Amino acid sequence: MSRRKTERLLSLVVCLLSTRRYLTAEQIRQAVAGYPDQSEAFKRMFERDKEELRELGIPLETGSLSQDGDDIGYRVQRQAYELPELRLEPDEAAVLGLAARVWQHAELAGAAAGALLKLRAAGIDTDERDSGASARQGIEPRVATTEPAFGPLWEAVRDRRPVTFAYRAAGRSGPQARELEPWGVVNRHGRWYVAGRDRGRDAVRVFRLSRIEGAVRFSGPPGSMTVPAGTDVREVVRTWDSAPPQENTAVLRVRPGAGYGLRRYATSPPVPAPDGWETISVPFSETGWFADHVASFGADVVVAEPPDLRDAVIRRLKGVLT
Amino acid sequence: MSERPGRAGAPGRGGAPRGGAPRGGAPRGGAPGRGAATSAERLQRLLALVPYVVSRKAAGLAETAAAFGLSERELVDDLNLLWCVELRDPDPYCPIDLSYEGGEIVVSQAESIARPLRLAVDEASALLVALRMLADVPGLEDRSALSRLIAKLEAAAGEAAAPSTQVAVQVDKPTGDAAIERIRDALARRRRVHLRYYVPGRDEATERDVDPMRLLVVDGRAYLEGWCRRAEGVRLFRLDRILGLEVLGVAAAVPEDAQPRDVDRGLFRPSADDVHVTLEVSPGGRWVAEYYPCESAEELADGWLRIRLRTPDTAWVRRLALRLGEDGRVIAPDDLRTRVRDDATAALAAYASG
Repeated sequence: MSRRKTERLLSLVVCLLSTRRYLTAEQIRQAVAGYPDQSEAFKRMFERDKEELRELGIPLETGSLSQDGDDIGYRVQRQAYELPELRLEPDEAAVLGLAARVWQHAELAGAAAGALLKLRAAGIDTDERDSGASARQGIEPRVATTEPAFGPLWEAVRDRRPVTFAYRAAGRSGPQARELEPWGVVNRHGRWYVAGRDRGRDAVRVFRLSRIEGAVRFSGPPGSMTVPAGTDVREVVRTWDSAPPQENTAVLRVRPGAGYGLRRYATSPPVPAPDGWETISVPFSETGWFADHVASFGADVVVAEPPDLRDAVIRRLKGVLT
Repeated sequence: MSERPGRAGAPGRGGAPRGGAPRGGAPRGGAPGRGAATSAERLQRLLALVPYVVSRKAAGLAETAAAFGLSERELVDDLNLLWCVELRDPDPYCPIDLSYEGGEIVVSQAESIARPLRLAVDEASALLVALRMLADVPGLEDRSALSRLIAKLEAAAGEAAAPSTQVAVQVDKPTGDAAIERIRDALARRRRVHLRYYVPGRDEATERDVDPMRLLVVDGRAYLEGWCRRAEGVRLFRLDRILGLEVLGVAAAVPEDAQPRDVDRGLFRPSADDVHVTLEVSPGGRWVAEYYPCESAEELADGWLRIRLRTPDTAWVRRLALRLGEDGRVIAPDDLRTRVRDDATAALAAYASG
C-alpha cells in the first residue's frame, strides 16, 4: 500500500467532486498534489488513476470544454456519486445484518461487506453480531459458492459478456467446448446453475457449475450480448430441472420395518402379505432412475410390477457382482 | 508529508505529530495482512469513514475502529491522512477538517465527500440476492421488514440493482409447511419436540425427542438444529426428511455446553473415527463426486473417477454401491467391498424366490 498514492487518489476524488465545470488534465495536475511535472509520466499516472476510480464505481464524467470538442475535461457529479438518502427502521436494519451474513465466505462476501460499509457510512446501524437478528429469528441462512466458475460467470452476467468453457455433461466420458450467452446464475437444491443461449446449439441451455472444467473465458467485450426481454432465469432453470410427470406405478414388496424411502411416496396404505411382507404402490416417472433407487434398498424391496422395472433392478444388482 | 497550510497543530490536538502515537488507550493488535490493503481499498475506506462520522455528528475512536475492522492506530493514521488532503485552486486549501480529541472524532468540514459513494453493482447484488432468498425462507417472521428493505435498497441502488435479478438462490420448500410452523412455534416457546425422522443412509424411520436450537438454511436447504436426546448431542435434521413433528408440553432443555455448529466451516466435519472409503465410478456415476463431500477425486481412464471420502457410517455407501450397479465399485476397505457383494447376492436371491 502506498500512502502517497492513496492521498493523491483521495485528493483527486475531492477535486473532481468539488468542481461544477469540467477540469482539464492540466488543471487537475495543478490542483492535486503528487503528480509528476514531466508530462508523459503525468499522463500515464493520470490514466491509471482514472481507471482505479472507475473500478471503485466512482462515476467519472468526460466532457468537452469547447465547441469544437478539442479540450477534454473531467468531473464527478455529486448526484451521481452520492448514495441517496436512506433511512431504515430497526427491524429493517436487523434483516440487513442477516442478509449481509448470507455470503460469509462465498464469492460475494466482499461485496456484501462493502455494501454494509457504505450503508453504515450513511448512518445506518446494522446488527451484525450473532446475538442479534439471527437469535430473534432463530434462522441462520448461508450460501456457498465453492465452484470456481461462479466468479467469472457472475461477472459475465453482470457485464453482459459471452463466455466459453469446457463442460462435462452427465454420463459423458470427456468435456465438450461450449460458448454461452449467460442470462443468469441460479442456485437450486443447493447447486449453482448458469442458464443462457448456447451459441453452438442456438438454443437455451442450463449448465451445472460443478461440471464446468477449467477456466471460464470471456469471448466478447462487455455489453456484447443481450438477455431477451422478460426472461426469468429462475423459471428457465426450474423448467429444465423439474421432474417429468410420474405416469407409471410400481408394485413393490417391502420387508416390514424397511423401505421408508419408498413408503413415504406410496399412494395407499401397505397391504400385508401372508409371508409377513407388505405390498405398496409407488408412482414414478423414469424407469432407469427409479430402478437405481429401488436397487439401493437391496433385499428389503422387491419389484413385483412392472416387468421392465423388475428387469432393470436385477441388471443393476448383477452389475455390482461383475 | 507536506506541511499543511493555514492550520495550526494536528487534529489529535496537543500538538501530537501527525501519524504519531495513537491516542486514547492502547492500540489493538492490527490484524495481520491488513497492511496489505491496496490504495484503492484504503481509498474506499476513507470515503466511507468521513460520512460515517458526519452522519453520526460525532463518533468514538474505539467504536469507529471496531466498525471498520481497524486497530485504533490504523484508524488514527486514516484520520491523519484525511486531514492532510490539500488542493490548490490555485491557492492551497484544505477540504477536510476534523479532530479526534479526547477519543471522539468530529468532522467539521468534509465538503464533497460527506455522503457515501453509491452502491456498486456487486454490492447491491450481494445484498438484494440474499434478501430475496430470505424472502423465500419458510417461517421467517419479519416478512414485512424484508419487503420494505428490498424496496428501499432497490431505490437507493438505482441502476446498480438491475443485474441482481439475474442471480437467484431458491430455497427448497419442505413438503410439510406445517412442520416449519410448528418448529417456529417450538423455538419461540422453547418447547421440546418429538420427531419421526427419516434416515436415508440406513433406510430407517427413527423416533426421537429434540430440544430445538435454531433453524438453519444452508445452500437453499432448511435444517432444524437441536439437542437430540436420543443421541445426546447436537444434531441437524433436514426438514424435508421429517416424517412427523409434534410440539411437546415439555420445556426444551438444551445443555449449557451444547455447541451450535459453526455453519461457516461447513455443516459436515470429519471425525477421527471415520472410515476411509475408496470408490471408482464410471462417467454415469460421476455425480457421486458432486453429491457427497469427497476428500479427493482423481481422474482415471475412460472418464472414470477414483473418489476418496470419509464417513462415520458406511451403511449409505453400501446402498450407494447397489444403486450404482456396474457404474461403480468399492475399492476399499475390503470388508465394505465384501458386504456390498453380499447385499447384491441377497437381493438377487429375493428376486429368484419371489
